[in-house]
Formats: sequence, C-alpha cells, structure tokens
Amino acid sequence: MANMTNLYDSSKCTACRACQVACKNWNQLPASIKPFKGNYQTHEDTDGDTFTIVLMNEVDNAASGVDWNFAKFQCMHCLDAACVKACPKGAYTKTEWGATIHDPEKCIGCQYCTYACPFGVPKHRKREDKITKCTLCADRVTAGLAPACATTCAPGALKFGDRDQLIEEARDRVNYLQANGFPNATIYGINELGGLNKLYILTDSPDKFGLPVNPKTYGTINFWQNWVQPYFGWLIPVALGASAVSFITTRLMADKHQEHPVEGGHE
Amino acid sequence: MTNHMIDLKNTNVALIMGSNMAENHPIGMKWLTKGRLDPKRQTKIIHVDPRFTRTSAVADIYCPMRSGTDIAFLGGMIKYILDNELYHKDYVVNYTNAAFLIRDDFDFQDGLFSGYDAAKRSYDNTSWDYKYDEAGNIMQDPTLQDPRCVFQLMKKHYSRYDIDTVCSITGSPKKKYLEVLKLYCSTGAPDKTGCINYAMGITQHTVGSQNVKSFAVVQLLLGNIGRAGGGINALRGENNVQGATDMALLFQYLPGYIDSPTASDKYKDLISYIRTTTPGAAKLPFTNLAEFRAIAAAGIKYSGWRANTSKWIVSLLKGWYGDAATEANDFAYHYIPKRNDTKNYSHIALFEAMHKGEIDGLFINGSNPVVGGPSANKEQTALTKLKWMVSIDLWLNESAEFWSHTAWERAVDNEKVSRLTPKDINTEVFFLPAAAVYEKEGTAAQTGRWVQFRWKGADPVGESKADLWIYNELAKKIKALYKDSKRPEDEPITKLTWGYDGHDEEEPDILKVANELCGFNVATGRPVEGFAQLKDDGSTVCGNWVYCGATTWKDDKMIYKPQLRKKDDPSGLGLFPNWSWCWPVNRRIVYNRCSVQPDGVTPWPGDSDRLVWWDPTKPADAAKPDVLGTWAGWDVPDFIKTTGPDKPAFKDPFIMRPEGKGCLFGTRASFKDGPFPEHYEPWESPIAPIINKQAMNPATKVWEPDKQGKAEEYPIIATTYRVTEHWQTGALTRNLPWLAELMPNMFVELSEELARDKGIKNGSKVIVSTTRGDIEALACVTKRFKPFKVAGKEVHQIGMLWQFGFKGYATGDIANRLTPHIGDANTMCPEYKAFLCDIRRA
Ligand code: SF4
Ligand code: SF4
Ligand code: SF4
Repeated sequence: MANMTNLYDSSKCTACRACQVACKNWNQLPASIKPFKGNYQTHEDTDGDTFTIVLMNEVDNAASGVDWNFAKFQCMHCLDAACVKACPKGAYTKTEWGATIHDPEKCIGCQYCTYACPFGVPKHRKREDKITKCTLCADRVTAGLAPACATTCAPGALKFGDRDQLIEEARDRVNYLQANGFPNATIYGINELGGLNKLYILTDSPDKFGLPVNPKTYGTINFWQNWVQPYFGWLIPVALGASAVSFITTRLMADKHQEHPVEGGHE
Repeated sequence: MTNHMIDLKNTNVALIMGSNMAENHPIGMKWLTKGRLDPKRQTKIIHVDPRFTRTSAVADIYCPMRSGTDIAFLGGMIKYILDNELYHKDYVVNYTNAAFLIRDDFDFQDGLFSGYDAAKRSYDNTSWDYKYDEAGNIMQDPTLQDPRCVFQLMKKHYSRYDIDTVCSITGSPKKKYLEVLKLYCSTGAPDKTGCINYAMGITQHTVGSQNVKSFAVVQLLLGNIGRAGGGINALRGENNVQGATDMALLFQYLPGYIDSPTASDKYKDLISYIRTTTPGAAKLPFTNLAEFRAIAAAGIKYSGWRANTSKWIVSLLKGWYGDAATEANDFAYHYIPKRNDTKNYSHIALFEAMHKGEIDGLFINGSNPVVGGPSANKEQTALTKLKWMVSIDLWLNESAEFWSHTAWERAVDNEKVSRLTPKDINTEVFFLPAAAVYEKEGTAAQTGRWVQFRWKGADPVGESKADLWIYNELAKKIKALYKDSKRPEDEPITKLTWGYDGHDEEEPDILKVANELCGFNVATGRPVEGFAQLKDDGSTVCGNWVYCGATTWKDDKMIYKPQLRKKDDPSGLGLFPNWSWCWPVNRRIVYNRCSVQPDGVTPWPGDSDRLVWWDPTKPADAAKPDVLGTWAGWDVPDFIKTTGPDKPAFKDPFIMRPEGKGCLFGTRASFKDGPFPEHYEPWESPIAPIINKQAMNPATKVWEPDKQGKAEEYPIIATTYRVTEHWQTGALTRNLPWLAELMPNMFVELSEELARDKGIKNGSKVIVSTTRGDIEALACVTKRFKPFKVAGKEVHQIGMLWQFGFKGYATGDIANRLTPHIGDANTMCPEYKAFLCDIRRA
C-alpha cells in the first residue's frame, strides 16, 4: 500500500489552530492550560495531552519588515523511524501506509523514544506513565476518513492523500511560490531522515519555521536496536527500577546524539 | 456586504482594511484563498492595519497605518486615482453622480463644510445639494469639466491629500503605500474588479461612517460596485448581526431600514410619516392616502425605490395590529412609540442615561457590556443604578455577575474609578439560561445577507430555552396582565397581534414568525411573493419588507426559502441561487445593473462576468406574453424588470437613491458630518491636525469633555481587537477549556522599541492607564508592532484584546475599562479603535 500522509502548506496556513482543537476533540485530550508567556503560540512544545501545535516564529525581513512563519508541528511519521528502533518493548510499529503507531499497552514509560526522536515528539504522560503522540489518526484513516486536523482546516493548508501524488503537487506549488515572491520556498519531508511521512511546503528555509534543517538520528540507535535490545532487553525493567541509572543512561545517549550524525539531508 | 462571501473568489485584488479577516473571519478568508489558486483571477491580497496580524502573514502586501487615519490613507488613494486617470471612465460618467452640479453655496474651508454651527456641533446641510434647472431637473455636465460638478469638487477636495502629507499623517512607509496604490488602483481597468473587506477597525471611530464612505468613493471610481469580485464587504463579527440590523437593532429604524418616527410634527400622523420618508414627496399636494396613491401611481420624480415606503409601513402596522389597523385609524400608526427628537438612543447614550439613574430596567441578551461596552468602569457602575436587570446568556458572564466581589477588583487604586461591594448594590438581577445555536431552530442572516435556516441539532441543556420561547412567554404574560383593560393608552398592548404558539402552546412555531415577517395577503393568508406586491391599503401584512419573498406557496404548503439547500450554480460565479435565500428578493450581488455597460447588454471590455442584462426578446410578465423586453441574468436584477432603453431610468443602477446614481458626493442628510469624507484626528490623538484646522470630527457629540486624555500625559496610541481563539467578549470561548488553553490570559502587544524604552520584558506584567481607568496584563513584545513616524516624530501604538474578563477558564482584566465614551457622528458607534494611554511595568 502506498504511503498516505498530510501535506501542510505554510503559505495557506493562517495559524488558526483549529487543527490543534480538532486533534484534541478527536483524541479526547484534556486541555493543558499554561500561562501566556509572550507568544501567540502559547504551547512551547507538544505535551502528553497535546499531540500537535502550530509553531509561530517572527523573523526579520528586510523587504516586508517582518515575517510571521507558521508550521504545524507533530510526529513526522518518519519512514525509517528512530522511535521504532529505540523502544525496548516494541511499542512502536509502522502501518503499511506509513503511520508510526505507538501502543500504550506495550509502553512501559521508559522514555527512551523521547530522546531517540530527532524531533523530540514523543511525550510522557505522567498520570499514566505512558508515552503519547500523534497517531496520524490511524483509526480514522483505516475507517476511510482523513485525519481530524486535515478535515477541519478551512484555508486548505492541510491535505491528506497519497504521498507520491502530494509530492508532485507540492513541487508545482513550490515552483509557483518561488516565482511569486518566495524565492526560498522549499519542500520539507521528501528526503529528511530518508523521508518523512509528513510533507511541508515552506515559504522559506526550515530554520525560519523552527524546524531542524538537517534532522539527525544517531549511530547509537542502530547499535541499540541491533545489539542492546535483542540481548539485554530483559535488563530494562531492572534499569528502570534504579531510576538514577536510567537517568544516566538516557542522558549519556542524548549527549552522544550531538556527536554522531548519520542521516540527514534537507533537499 | 454588497456582494457575498463566495464571491470573494472572483476578485482580482482584495483590500482588507480595518479587519483581521484571517483571524476573525477564517471561513470567509477561505474564498480569497480559492481566488488565489484560480489561474483566471490570481487574487492578490493587500492588508492595511496598524499591526502585523495573521492576516498580514498571508497577504501579498502588508502596509502599516496608524489607527484612526483611514480617511487620509483613502483620500490619498482617491487623489492617486484622479491624478493618474485610473478611474473607470464610462462607469463613473454613467453610474455615479460625478457629472451632477452642486449648489453654488456649497463650500469647504479649514476642514469645515458650509453650514456649520459650532455651538451645536452640527451642520445645516441645505447647501450640500444638487443644482436644479427650472424644470426641476438636476443639472449635469457629462464632460466632467464644470467646476461645480461633483467630479471637479472632489478633485479639489482631495488635492490636499498628496502622498507625502498622507504618509506623515498615517505613518505608512511611502514605498509600501505606493505599492498598495498601484496594485489596488489597477482594478479600475474595465476587465478587473477589486473588493474591499472591512470590519470594526473601520467603523469604531469618530469618523466611522465616513471611513466607509471613502470606500464607496474609491469603489465607485474604480467601477467595482455591482460586479462579481467587487463590492464593499462589511465582515460581520457575529453571524446574525446582519439579521439584527435588518430587524431594527439600530434605534433610528423600524424593521427594514425605514425611519422610526419621533414625537415631532414631521411624524405626527401616518400621512406626515409618508411625506417625510418618501423622497421627493415633501411638497406634493396630498392630504390623505388616497391622494398620495394617485400621485405615486403617476410617478414621483427623484424618489427611487423608496417611493414605496407607504406600502412598507402600512404592511408592517397591519402585521403588528391586525384587524385593529384600518385606513380609518391611520393603520394604528399612533400605537407605535415615538422617540424624543432631541435624544440619542445608541449604546453610549443609553448607558449615559442609565448612569444618571434615568433607566429602571434592562434586558441583556447574549451581550456582555461589562466586558464589551466602552468605558466599562462607567458602564458597570451604570448597572448598579438599575432597579432590575435580566441577563439571558449561555453562561453567567461578567455582566450577569457585575455585582460580585471579583467584579470590582482593580489592578490599581484610582480614586476616579468606583469600587463597590455587593452590599452597595440594589439592582435585582435575574438570569435566564439560554439555548445555544445548535439547540434551537431558526435563521441567521449572515454577512452576505443570506438568510440561512438552522435545524436543531441537540436538546437544550438543563432549563435553558431558545430566545423565541423566552420572548413568546414574556409577551403572552404581559398581554394577560392587560387583558381586561379598556384604556386607550393600553391599546398598543391589548391590540397587538400575538399568535406564534405551536400546536402544544409550550413551544412557539418559528414558521409563524417567518410567515408574518416575510408577508402574506390578508384575504387568502398566502405568501406575498415579493415586495413589489406589497400594498398600502391594508390588504398585505409584512413585518419586514426586505424579507418579503422569502416564503412561497407550493403543493398546499408554505415553502420557507431559507431552508433551501440546492447546490446548483449555473453561472460558476458562486451565486448558488437555490441555496438558502438572500435579501432582497434573493439578489446575491446588489446594484448588479452595473455589471454591464450602459447599453444594458454588453459586458465591460475584457470582462466576461455579466450578472444581469436586458433581453428585448422575452416578456417580463408571463401573463402579458406580447409585451417584450425584460431584465434577466444569472442574478436577480437589481432593477425594475421593465425599465428598458426607452425609459430615462435605464442608466440609473442605484434604485434606492433618489437620483439613481452611486454618490461620490453624499447629498443633504446622507451624512451628518459632510458630503465628502475628510480626515479628522481621533478624539484622543498624539498630534495636532495636519490637513485641516479641526482637532477632531466637528459634528460628533462629546459626552465627557473632562475625560479626554492629552498626549503630554498619555502619549501612546492604543487600540483593541480580537483573536481567532476567542469569540467577542469571550463569554463562550473562555468557558471552553480547549479554547481557553490557546489564549489563556489577557495580554497587551507592544513593539520591541517601546518595550526597550519602558524596560518591559516579554511575558512580564504591565499596567495600562487612560483617564478612564487602569488594567493589568501580560506583555507580548513583538516585531509585529513598529513605532510610526508621524508628523515628523516617533509615535508608539500598542494593542490589546478586549475579550477578557473575570469569568471562565481564561481570565484577565477588561480592556474596555480604558476605552472612551465617544462615538461616530452618524451612528454613535464607539471609538474603541484609537485612544491614548500610557504603559508601565507592573
Ligand atoms: S487548521 Fe489549517 S490553517 Fe488552521 S492552523 Fe491548522 S493548518 Fe493552519
Ligand atoms: S517524529 Fe519521532 S516519534 Fe514520530 S516517527 Fe519520527 S522518530 Fe518516531
Ligand atoms: S493526524 Fe490526528 S493525531 Fe495527528 S495531529 Fe492530526 S488530528 Fe492529531
């Protein structure tokens, strides 16, 4: 089955955040009311009860004075997903159409995935000691519906469909944008990390939107998947029992991430 | 809107001014997005606003403009159009009053039009009129050369609005301003159209009406009215604001925008009412309805469609008083209340009167003046002077709990602001829980005048009730109290028709209301099929003539057209004639006669989007098949069907106007503050006037002279607005956790430069003060606000949300505690959008 995904077009998005509310509604996630910190974005990051947010970045622009760049942020459903490799309990799986699914039944709350994910997407929901993240609305998609966020988006900034077709559409749109005032317009998600099952049309380079230009996973991930998990997986609960040990291992891993990039490549 | 939301997809250029359309009208905005993607239109979007918003973020051009300087901005545009001959010449000559000559005593000096009375702060508008020849015809010069023609007077008036002067007033960067002028004025080409979309950023000023009038001048010059993709589009902030206005929300009207009478000679009886409200009737020889009918049948010169006012008022009275309304008793005209001629009954005036203790009781329906009213400290105090108050709302909002302890907490001790406690307040407060839109059925007239029926989706929660139920019960109870009265002064109540109960008397039948509103024939009880069939002899009933035609009779039952849901769109222009119903008479784009050339047939050169046309081969009336010639088209023609090329009115597309033309010059009583828009500074302004000698709109009423903030003490301009995450006063949305989390606290936006000057950190607490009060809020320091260079000096502007209050999940101080009690000269719409303040760290 072909990969199915959302194409997000920053040139059409008005940052209304209806997608954020639709996501909460469909997934029955409680509100996480945090004090206003001086940015319309309000949520600095996704959290255990918030699978998606809209990044809002103000960027100086000599011609227009300022740009206000919007980018809907959530799990990227990486085709070669680090979370799948990092999870010692096999809680993460890929659907045949490209969604990365997390099974809370298998999740033991170890949080390794939160460090392994190049986008920092999986979040720990303390009250249940489980990880949560965007599901690409797999329950809706398997029932023949589009994701809740894509269904609600009024200006058509989110479109759900066949990944290959959406890439073609995105190429046309980017050509148009480049010729009409956005010389740096680009597509994000085709090649990053070997391909994301989320596509972005950006009117400027990804860093202007708060997205990593060259997202990276790390050598240790494959080591972890190929060696530690098969042979020492039984150690994990023990390690977690000693939370200090867990803390140190995860930190060490996080540090290592800075040193050994193996994949990347923004187009 | 002259046009409608879907029509936005047909435009070449959209000018969004005084509106944050993407945030506050996201669904309307989607149609502009469609136009952008359409290779035929390639819609460009211009956003003009004091701050960079989410609308600016998706616009092609964003141009900053200091709050309260719209007329300067648009005056410069008018001059640019005239100087560069960018106007749509054939359109201007034929469809506007550009060629009409104006009286010789009309004049303009130092910012004042002729006829000004400084003591009364008002104008005698006698000189603001056309010149008539001996035969009583308006004199014209189609070459537009006569120095007394509207075109030349306009040219002279706007000659002062050169680009440098304009930019020194508005603070717009000259380069950006020129970009806007160039792009928008390109729609003067006959094959292009541009639309102007505005909201409260235009109307909430002491010059609000003239701001809109400036749009009219620009759009008429560019030939953008009455055409697909054109128009002046008021984006309504509440879905049914249009409907509320249609039903006489404004005090000066009865339903359908006809005059509400005052207690004066002009309106003393029905005949006087007709004489006053029918254009051209003032001096005609009639003393009773029969004589008037004979004169009207022969035709009244320079009267326009309003020549039918007698039919509208009589059908309205017949609806209200039924059998008690007869020709012999003036159709019970004496039953309807008459206003005091010297009084104003707008929001500000009512609260001023309430504050003085002149009002005993108040019903507040789905409204929240403690948050939304101007000078909210004063308005909250005014509520304490009432004997009783009824709040009808979904939630116990701030107004329903104005008496509580929290309601009187203030960020700063200020002896000029009242601080009360519940024990000081004697107002008896009732709360009636109301059903939400999805819990009741009925229509809402949206911004494009489409009256759409909504079916009930769920039962109301708890004891909450639909507004119709509440008012039906109230009226029945009041009538019961008076049922034995024989006193003539009680007749307005005892004789009032009231029969809206459904089968079980428990629930009213909303279709019975619709039936009366849309009109029926007294003899048959069957719908009147359109307002042309209304009569002034008591044989028809119609509660609102603009809604006439929304009902019809088919297969032995009434069809209520707002319930239609057919998706056919044969023109491809998005008119959807069988989806709901639109007033007037399902006409989707008003003044649509302008969509064809004066010959009535040919589209404008290069344009393919004719809406209507003259068809000489078809009969206008199926009953008279041999009388050929009719107006036809994709849309319902905004023209009398039989007005063919042989009639002088054939080139008069603005049928509601006495002279039939679009008014570049607004004659006589059209406006209280002048026939041409002139820039005046807001009541509170950081600069002295530049373009004339008037400090502010000379014709607006100043309610509280002592409350005027001066720039020495309050140097910073403030404005108020909404965000997409909250709805109006937030009573609905701040009670919904998923929306509360998106905008959890009250904040004030300010530039990085001002924050640096004042030592304010992003996210920290600040105090904002005006002469009316103080509030505390969180700072949102942003690149999206920039200081303005105005009159050679740097001026700062801040902005704040007016959607917060002390109830709900998302709370914060009420911005309207800062806003002034002053309004537009014509409408008294409060000047929420430009006032002076100071800001400091908390
Ligand atoms: S719903 Fe659409 S327009 Fe609104 S924030 Fe989400 S992606 Fe952007
Ligand atoms: S974004 Fe993170 S959580 Fe989502 S699939 Fe990729 S690695 Fe996994
Ligand atoms: S795909 Fe579904 S889960 Fe993911 S952000 Fe959209 S609505 Fe939320």
